[in-house]
Amino acid sequence: MDFLFITQQTLSATIGVNTIIFALAAIGLNMHFGYTGLLNFGQAGFLAIGAYSVAVPVISFGLPLWMAFLIGIFNSVIFALLLGVPTLRLRADYLAIVTIAAAEIVRQIARSATFNSTLGGSDGITGKFGADFFALNPFKSGIDTPILRFNANDLWVVITGWSLVAFIVFIMWVMVNSPWGRLMRAIREDEDAVRSLGKNVYLYKMQSLIIGGVIGTCGGFVYALSRQSVQPDNYGTALTFFAYTVLILGGAARVFSPVIGAMIFWFLIVFIEQVLRQGVSNNLIPDWLIGANQVSQIRFMLMGLGLMLLMIYRPQGIFGDRKELALDAKA
Amino acid sequence: MAKSLTLLTLGRSALLFLALLIFPVLLSSPAQAETPTKLYGVITSSEDEPLSDIGISILGPDGFSSQAATNEQGDWEVPILSKGSYSITINVDDLPEGQALTNPDKGTVKANVFMLGVDLRILFPIGPGIVQSSLLERSAQLTLDGILLGLVIALAALGLSLIFGTTGLTNFAHGEILTLAGLLTYYLSAIVGLPVLAAAPLAVLLGALISGFLQDKYLWKPLRRRGTGLIAMLVISIGLAIFLRYFFLFIFGGDTRQLPQYAGQAGIELGLLSFTPKSILTTVIGILLILGATLWLLRTRMGKASRAVADNPALASASGIDVQKVIRAVWILGAALASYAGVIVTINQGVSFLMGQDMLLLIFAAVTLGGLGTANGALVGSLIIGLFVQLSTLFIPTELKYVGALIVLILILIIRPQGILGKKERIG
Repeated sequence: MDFLFITQQTLSATIGVNTIIFALAAIGLNMHFGYTGLLNFGQAGFLAIGAYSVAVPVISFGLPLWMAFLIGIFNSVIFALLLGVPTLRLRADYLAIVTIAAAEIVRQIARSATFNSTLGGSDGITGKFGADFFALNPFKSGIDTPILRFNANDLWVVITGWSLVAFIVFIMWVMVNSPWGRLMRAIREDEDAVRSLGKNVYLYKMQSLIIGGVIGTCGGFVYALSRQSVQPDNYGTALTFFAYTVLILGGAARVFSPVIGAMIFWFLIVFIEQVLRQGVSNNLIPDWLIGANQVSQIRFMLMGLGLMLLMIYRPQGIFGDRKELALDAKA
Repeated sequence: MAKSLTLLTLGRSALLFLALLIFPVLLSSPAQAETPTKLYGVITSSEDEPLSDIGISILGPDGFSSQAATNEQGDWEVPILSKGSYSITINVDDLPEGQALTNPDKGTVKANVFMLGVDLRILFPIGPGIVQSSLLERSAQLTLDGILLGLVIALAALGLSLIFGTTGLTNFAHGEILTLAGLLTYYLSAIVGLPVLAAAPLAVLLGALISGFLQDKYLWKPLRRRGTGLIAMLVISIGLAIFLRYFFLFIFGGDTRQLPQYAGQAGIELGLLSFTPKSILTTVIGILLILGATLWLLRTRMGKASRAVADNPALASASGIDVQKVIRAVWILGAALASYAGVIVTINQGVSFLMGQDMLLLIFAAVTLGGLGTANGALVGSLIIGLFVQLSTLFIPTELKYVGALIVLILILIIRPQGILGKKERIG
């Protein structure tokens, strides 16, 4: 086993691009679920809208990249309004089902052959739509040390990505510690009590949905830019569920927990995957048990099992406060 | 010279093969500059028999227009006098019964004539194409398909709805009950070698045991006892669904497999409809199962108790109903029905590890449409979703049919938030 390689891969992933994407997706969910109690299962849809909003205007319509970002945020707000208007008056589980359905609608339309010419069908869009962004890259070469390894482009994505995460975490911190943030938590705890104080709960829930959605869309920007391609099937329901895993792992209703959760999540995933891969290729794990291309399946099984066990034995996650977040439906 | 003959924009690889056969013909044609040239072709049926009296019409530059028809040998030709772009259209109505263009969109072929004196051969590949059926026929067939799909959804949705009603659990792992039953049917029939008629009921029984009895006993009952919250249980069911889905992928692989028996059963034509005997048999049994479950809910002591629990667990418990026993019964019934839904899909369409996931959103849509937690609402919602998914393909591309169903779900929730048969108190 090449432990140095495993360490390098694992540590690079811990602060890598995927961690940034999942941290942003989970920060958005933290706004929805952690602070407002909205069960949004359509976060993958917000990421998909971010990713396609970067790729489609640049590739299919030839617009500059900065305009694509604005279009992405606009689309995200529209999507949040479309989701929120019919469902925010309903009970939590209705919102869950409608949002998961809406995210699937986005994915299936994106991958359909009907819109192949603009959205790229099931192959998605691959192209140099991030050229404007990478033109700003000051790094001529990547870094390759025993513990960390990024190529020049990834290094640029990682540095700008973490800056974005830091900025959003700061904004979140300001928001949730403001009177507005306390109102959100009050809605989560007892909607009727807030309503009896004369507040328009519906409007506040809508604000939460939009803000969290736009943060998720920023995750979609990073997803698309880092890979210079958009694949519709990356934005399935599994993405939402893993973002929830990240959030619950860190502990909902804590500003920093999605970031820590994402780091631990990707640390574990890449570590387990690399160890299994090395084990399989060095014949330490017999072939009849795990084949070379079954490693990622094992990885997903462990992710599912981990989510279950986490929820059963430590629903408040690592940093969460069990008393603050009882994680219960308002039935 | 061959470069000038780029008239044949052939999409299909089979046609490319034909094109290769034709190129030598083109190259060997006498190249006389500025001499009369012809567009020609041979139209043969899928059995390579020449087809006569097939109309061909040609439009060209400067208002050029010409008609031709194939002779006894299936040959047609039209002389042209000037260079330019021609479009050649075959009169599809002249084709005999059972014959159609292999690509219905290629009824008109464009040809660019860059050089006169080189004859151009135009291809219209004919196959035993699907005879264009009328709107009425298609509607009737899609209605039947929609009812069948609705039935599969209903079998799964009934269990999901009952479990939701009695325990409050929104079970995202419900689709995996279908997959497990499908895989069991496959293993029992293809690996163990049992006939499907024995493997299917056995799979349903095993499904009821594993997905119903054991799942509730060792997972959900302990969680209820711990007082785990409803959203926590929902997330646990998501974890379970992911775990099971990739476990099934791990042991079964990613392909869709057909049962060895009845795989290519011939269809029966009945008036406007065509169906296979296996689909009818599985459907009839499915309807009987739903009727049985409805009678169980309405007539038996346990069924009435389950409705009481769904209405108010505390009151039911106070009036002497063993709530845990009722929930166990509901789990077993729900798992058995969902398992049978999985068996239907497996027998008629084959089984893959994604089967349950593909159905889950439709099941949720049906249950939500009818009103969460109401049994008859689940049935109505399933039928609407099943019919809508199939009938919408009359107007929208087939690949978007699920999108249509999900949009309808959202629209109905705007107009009637509690679902079609839901109770008002369940909202807000």
